[in-house]
Amino acid sequence: MDASLYAKRRRRNGTTMALAYGATGFGLSWLVLILAVLLWEGFSGLSLSVFTEMTPPPGSAGGLLNPIAGSLVMTVIAVLIGTPLGILAGTYMAEYGRYDKLTVVVRFINDILLSAPSIVVGLFVYEVMVAQMGHFSGWAGAVSLAVIVVPVVVRTTEDMLTLVPDTLREAAASIGLPRSLMIQRVAYRAARAGMITGVLLAVARISGETAPLLFTALNNQFWSLNLNAPVSSLPVVIFQFALSPYKDWQKLAWTGALIITLAVLALSIVARILTAQRKTS
Amino acid sequence: MSVAAITVPTVTHSLSKDEELTEKISVKNLDFFYGDHRALKSISVPLYRGKVTAFIGPSGCGKSTLLRILNRMYDLYPNQRATGHVTLDSANILSSSQDLNLLRAKVGMVFQKPTPFPMTIFENIAFGIRLYERLSKSELEDRVRHALERAALWDEVKDKLGANGLSLSGGQQQRLCIARTVAVRPEVILFDEPCSALDPISTAKIEELIDELKDDYTIAIVTHNMQQAARVSDFTAFMYLGELVEFGETTRIFTTPNDRRTQDYITGRFG
Repeated sequence: MDASLYAKRRRRNGTTMALAYGATGFGLSWLVLILAVLLWEGFSGLSLSVFTEMTPPPGSAGGLLNPIAGSLVMTVIAVLIGTPLGILAGTYMAEYGRYDKLTVVVRFINDILLSAPSIVVGLFVYEVMVAQMGHFSGWAGAVSLAVIVVPVVVRTTEDMLTLVPDTLREAAASIGLPRSLMIQRVAYRAARAGMITGVLLAVARISGETAPLLFTALNNQFWSLNLNAPVSSLPVVIFQFALSPYKDWQKLAWTGALIITLAVLALSIVARILTAQRKTS
Repeated sequence: MSVAAITVPTVTHSLSKDEELTEKISVKNLDFFYGDHRALKSISVPLYRGKVTAFIGPSGCGKSTLLRILNRMYDLYPNQRATGHVTLDSANILSSSQDLNLLRAKVGMVFQKPTPFPMTIFENIAFGIRLYERLSKSELEDRVRHALERAALWDEVKDKLGANGLSLSGGQQQRLCIARTVAVRPEVILFDEPCSALDPISTAKIEELIDELKDDYTIAIVTHNMQQAARVSDFTAFMYLGELVEFGETTRIFTTPNDRRTQDYITGRFG
C-alpha cells in the first residue's frame, strides 16, 4: 500500500469532517442564541396577567388574552376547514386517482402552494373576502390560514397513505371489502399516526403566520371573538408591538413570541411521539 | 444420473378411481397481459370441487398471476387485463358485469406475507363477517371463535382477543389471515405461497390446516416448495414461462410426468 496515498486520504477525511462539524456548530449556535434570547426576554415578562388581561395602550399594564384567544379561534377554524379538504384530496391522490394524470397535476400545484409565500395567500384572501365584504374579519383570517393548512395536509395524507403497503389493500379487497370501506377502516387506520402528525405540523406552521393575517383579520385591541369583525392574533400583535418604541409593548412582544414557540414545541413533541409509535407498531 | 436414481418427494394423497370430480372453477384459453407483455399464454385448467390444486413452477412462470385472476385481484391495478374464460360454477367471472366484492366473498385469498388489519384480533375476524351478515353480539362471538378454531389459532389467542393483530408472531398472523378468510364463508380459498415467510413449524401447521380445510372448500395453492405441493395437493399444475406445461393428479405428476420440462423441474435440474 502506498503510505502517502493513505495519508492524503486521511488528511482529506479530517478536513471534510472539520468543515462538516464547523458548519453544524455555526448553524446551531445561531439557533441556540435566538432561543436563549427569546427565553431570557420572554420568561422575564411572563406572568399570570399575560393570560388574563387585554393588550394595553402604551404605558399601562396589560396582557395578551385577546390575541391568544383570537389566534386559538382562528387556528381551530382554519384546521376545521383545511383538514377535511386536505385529507379528502390526499385520499383521492393516494387511493382513487393514484394512476391518473390529474393526480400528477394536482401534486405539482400542491407543491407550489406548499412553498408559496404566505403574503400571497393573504393578498388573495384580501381580494376575494375582505374587499368583497368591505371590512377585515376573523373569518377572512381563518380562511387564509386554512389555505395554508390544505397543502400541508394534502401532502402528508398522500405520503402516509402511499406508505400503507399494497398487500394490506389486497388483503382488504380479498374479503370483498369495497374500496371506500377499505380506505376508511383499513388504510386510514394504518396511516392514522402519520396523518395526525401532518395536521399537527400544519397547526405549527400557521401558528406563527403573520402576513396572511395582516391583510385579513387585521388586529383588535379589545376583547372580541366576533368573527365578522377584525380579530386580534399573537403574530400580528408581536409584529406591531415589537416595532413600537414602547418598552412595555416590546416586552409583551417577546412574551408572545415565547408562547408561540412553546406551543409549537409542544406540538412537535406530540408529532414526534406519534411518529415513533407508527414505526414501532 | 439415471432417471431411476432421482428421489421423488413422497406423495401422501391419492384419489380413488371411482371418485366423481366436478369443476368448481374452470379456466379456458386464458391470456393475461401486463401492459403489452403477455404473461399467461392460453391457459386451460380445472379446479375440482373439494380438492387442493397446487401450482408449481420457477419464479416468473405466471402461477401467482393465474391465482390473482381467480378473484380478479389484478383489477386493483391499471393496464392489466385478462382474456379468455374463467367460470365459477359456470358463471363467467371475467365479465365486466361481475360484482367484484361478491366474487371475492366467494373466492378468498391468503397472501405470501401475513397481512393482519391494524386492529384487534377479534376485529380482524369480525370485520369481514359484519360486511355480509347482521348478527347479534353472541352470534358474532361464536362465529369469530369458530373461524379461529378452524385456523387452529383459538387456543393461542382466546385470552387476548383484544390485542392488536400485529402483536402476534408471523405464523400466528398467517393463521389469523386464514381465519379471517374462512370467517367470510368463501367457497374457494386461494393460497399464494402462504408459507414462504414462515418457519418450518408454522409451515407444518398451515399445511395441516389446508388438509383439513379441503373438506369444505376448493383450494388452490401456489408454492415454490415442491415437497409442499406433493404433501398438500390432490392435483398439480406445472407452469413454465407463462404456459401450463402439465396438469394432473399430484401422484402422477411427481412420479411419471409426461413432459420433459416437468421432470427436469421436479427433479431440481432448474428452477
